[in-house]
Amino acid sequence: MIYLTRRAGFSASHYYHNPDLSPEENRRIFGKCNNPHGHGHNYTLEVTVAGEINPTTGMVLDLKDLKKLLEREVLELVDHRFLNKEVPVFATKIPTTENIAVEIWNLLAPKLTFGRLHRIRLYESPDLYVDYYGEHK
Amino acid sequence: MVYLTRRYRFSAAHRLHNDALTEEENAQVYGKCNNPYGHGHNYVLEVTLAGPINAQTGMVYDLVALDRTVEREILERFDHTHLNLDVENFRTRVPTTENLCIEIFDLLREKLDAGSGPVSAHLKRIRLEETDSNSFEYEGGEQGQRLKDEGCIKG
Repeated sequence: MIYLTRRAGFSASHYYHNPDLSPEENRRIFGKCNNPHGHGHNYTLEVTVAGEINPTTGMVLDLKDLKKLLEREVLELVDHRFLNKEVPVFATKIPTTENIAVEIWNLLAPKLTFGRLHRIRLYESPDLYVDYYGEHK
Repeated sequence: MVYLTRRYRFSAAHRLHNDALTEEENAQVYGKCNNPYGHGHNYVLEVTLAGPINAQTGMVYDLVALDRTVEREILERFDHTHLNLDVENFRTRVPTTENLCIEIFDLLREKLDAGSGPVSAHLKRIRLEETDSNSFEYEGGEQGQRLKDEGCIKG
């Protein structure tokens, strides 16, 4: 088994707010991330696919296919967007880095026709990242 | 289960030297790290927490609480110190980055697992970079306990 990782970047804005909580509770839990005008990050996404090396090509998958899939399924949806207002799933789900990582997994896993999705790693900044391996790990 | 990792930095001096070995053995085992005056590193610490996403907050752990705990328990203790001279546990234990990694795991585990507010994450891994080229990881667990039982590391 070989693990191949491709990196992609996107920029987006968001804010953290749970309508079930009072304004005071929202401010206490989310701090400056609760500013309703939003703030932004340059996210770095790492998608890791696990698979076997194809004996004909010596490759796990065609990188062009992975790049196109990432652009179509993820980057077009989130790049240069206000996540809370422009990405439907985040109208009701707080767009924390944790939730974005899980959502990207859910977008990619069923569309991957080569190899098996192993990990989504999402950097919100160089000093903070989230890993998600799907529900079964 | 989601894994959240945050990076921190601190700078410290150390000297690798074991009193139980002769001067020649120390020089042979530790090389230039045995220099009696010590030397320093800019360490990069990665703290990884594992847990479910809290349905109310969308978060695995409160980052403000994490920063506060790491600041208090680790950075204040180790940053700009000479590990051998300034840190009690390293008066008798060689402050290799391996031992420092285990020390940090043990210092943080209880404090972080106690958590704050509506979180149920636990400390999964400590990864410590001594330089861009050297890093060490420790996840506790059975292997860590065995090393402690065998006296390889201080419990």
